Amino acid sequence: MKLTGAQILIKSLEEEGVDVVFGLPGGAILPTFDALYDSKIKFILVRHEQGATHMADGYGRATGKPGVCLVTSGPAATNTVTGLATAYMDSAPLVCITGQVATTAIGSDAFQEADVVGITRPVTKHNYLVRDVRDITRIVKEAFYIARTGRPGPVLIDFPVDVSRATAEYEYPAEVSIRGYSIPSKGDPDQILKAAALMNQAKRPCLYVGGGAVGSGAHKEVFELVEKTGIPITTTVLGLGIFPEDHPSSLRMLGMHGTVYANYSVQQSDLLIAVGARFDDRVTGHIEKFCPHAKIIHIDIDPASIAKTVRVDVSVVGDVRHVLRQLNKQVKDRRRDIRAWLEQIDAWKKKHPLKYRQSDDVIRQEHIIAKIGEVTKHEAIVTTGVGQHQMWAAQWYQFKTPRGMLTSGGLGTMGYGLPSAIGAQMARPDETVICIDGDGSVQMTSCELATAAYYKIPVKLFIMDNNHHGMVRQWQELFYRHRYSGSQLGASNPDFMKLADAYGIKAIQIRQPDQVVPGIKEALAHKGPVLVHCLVAKEDNVFPMVPAGHALDQVMDMA
Amino acid sequence: MKHTIGVLVENHFGVLARVSGLFSARGFNIDSLTVGETEDAEVSRMTIVAHGDDRVVAQIMKQLNKLIDVIKVVDLTNEELIDRELVLVKVSAPAQSRNEVMQIVNTFRAKIVDVNSKTLTIEVTGGESKIDAMLELLRPFGIFEVVRTGLIAMSRKSELTAPPKQAGVSTEVKGGVKKKSAAKLAKV
Repeated sequence: MKLTGAQILIKSLEEEGVDVVFGLPGGAILPTFDALYDSKIKFILVRHEQGATHMADGYGRATGKPGVCLVTSGPAATNTVTGLATAYMDSAPLVCITGQVATTAIGSDAFQEADVVGITRPVTKHNYLVRDVRDITRIVKEAFYIARTGRPGPVLIDFPVDVSRATAEYEYPAEVSIRGYSIPSKGDPDQILKAAALMNQAKRPCLYVGGGAVGSGAHKEVFELVEKTGIPITTTVLGLGIFPEDHPSSLRMLGMHGTVYANYSVQQSDLLIAVGARFDDRVTGHIEKFCPHAKIIHIDIDPASIAKTVRVDVSVVGDVRHVLRQLNKQVKDRRRDIRAWLEQIDAWKKKHPLKYRQSDDVIRQEHIIAKIGEVTKHEAIVTTGVGQHQMWAAQWYQFKTPRGMLTSGGLGTMGYGLPSAIGAQMARPDETVICIDGDGSVQMTSCELATAAYYKIPVKLFIMDNNHHGMVRQWQELFYRHRYSGSQLGASNPDFMKLADAYGIKAIQIRQPDQVVPGIKEALAHKGPVLVHCLVAKEDNVFPMVPAGHALDQVMDMA
Repeated sequence: MKHTIGVLVENHFGVLARVSGLFSARGFNIDSLTVGETEDAEVSRMTIVAHGDDRVVAQIMKQLNKLIDVIKVVDLTNEELIDRELVLVKVSAPAQSRNEVMQIVNTFRAKIVDVNSKTLTIEVTGGESKIDAMLELLRPFGIFEVVRTGLIAMSRKSELTAPPKQAGVSTEVKGGVKKKSAAKLAKV
């Protein structure tokens, strides 16, 4: 029996095990939405297509399985660009399907036409324009395969309306055949031996682990490596949760707002072992002054990440989980040989702990976040927007579960928090999902409160309201002589309590320090979505801080 | 330094844009880029000539390799190469200088492909130095127009060919992806 292209697409999604699609209908995608109406796939109607992509991204990061969004052509498709770029920078698996005008109208400046394949080329791992109804199944199969394998990423399928109406026999391919695409798995044994030899000799080794280890599902292997060798470990913001931060070997996060002891350790190390991390400038600080005494081992699935910004002494291309399994067989317990180094690190930890000044009258964001961590036993899925609250969440939640921190690390997309929380909650309905957001950041996508309300998606949204674009204000205070150009939100903020009320969402306000813990508990006890409006210190700064362009050990720590 | 890069790509629409986009996204100028079908109609071959330091070129090659539609990338710079370019030159050649121009044409084993009372149009093929030398000699006569195809290049020793289509086949198995065979680089 012949099916329409739209039916074939939906059936293909079912074949890929898709259980939820985030999106918003419109002209060119109407046949597909009509087919979706008959499907068992759950549909989540968003309020803005950027939200749909972040939801699919949140779903993807929370599970490792590509999240899916479905939107129409033109403006809807261009609205997905920020979400695609966010997912691309952080290697989140996602499949985005956009409607397109009929193939006969492409290039004619038709209504709601945009060159979506052209626009999204630099922000997707791969993209497709479907030109023949008989190609749909192959393209969907390839899209999911590409999105979730290797270094994961977003894949876009542009789906012209006439192709969705054309008919063909349905047959889903059993295999994918792409000769230009292969997936590294195990590392080269010689390279593993070289890496192990360095690790077994180094006097001041340090592990630096990033999102690649999370994506690879390598938390057990990372734990085993640390337990076996005793080598201290720091993580990037995307690596948070790969290793329990309360473990004595944890140095917690490194980089611009990392701990002083993580940054000192990296700078003083004689061997840096980078695992699924890409030496981002927010991690390395001044690249020429980055870990000047260290040899570097770089383990990554993406050959293009290796030696991109730093020189590398030993590279291992492969899936982090497989490579670490190989490596774990070769490495030795180093605790006795590196005792002096470990003592030095302990001394740094004692001298420069993460800290903030407690206060009885103003609420510090650090305090709220630390308490959220305690109340949720550090096991919730946390999403964030971008800014001060994001860095404090990274510093103070104390992560211990992989896929527990979803944040826009690479692109730094404000507005990522709420929709990604919705996506993560749809993916993992039994977990507590908390969005920690700022009053500036949350307003970029706060329309998705309607989505949470309508589908009763029980995300807990904590808005840290400091009445500013706080991180911008911090830089202006420190580097622009207190000239707060464009960073004050002032009286322009909505009444967030009324906003929650308008959407029919429970609202809780935290105005003074003694309300923090009860407020958190009340929010978590509520079954549906909650907005917790936290009135926090207006002019607070995130420390430690390595100013941009400085070496990692040139730390400002005025907390 | 100058790099000559050979790239095998799937003969799909949009591939040229993906490849050239990688260069432009890094602010990297392409001296010449040629593309055409290979012995396999489903595979096209590009020859890209670009200037850049080795590190930048190495990064560009890795990025090219990441493109799904790119099958293979080879830096031909240090290979023993056969490289050719075809050039059409329209040069001023009134009666008084016509003989001299024709002598240059003969010396370079070029061809005259069009003639009128004022100009000669010359077709020449060769490597970069030959073409440059000839253009240099013609310049004093007055060059009206030059069209160059850009360089194509082939290694004398090794072949750059695409693996058969099945070579990257992967079979889905429960709980992950099982690979039958690898097609592309695994070691850096």
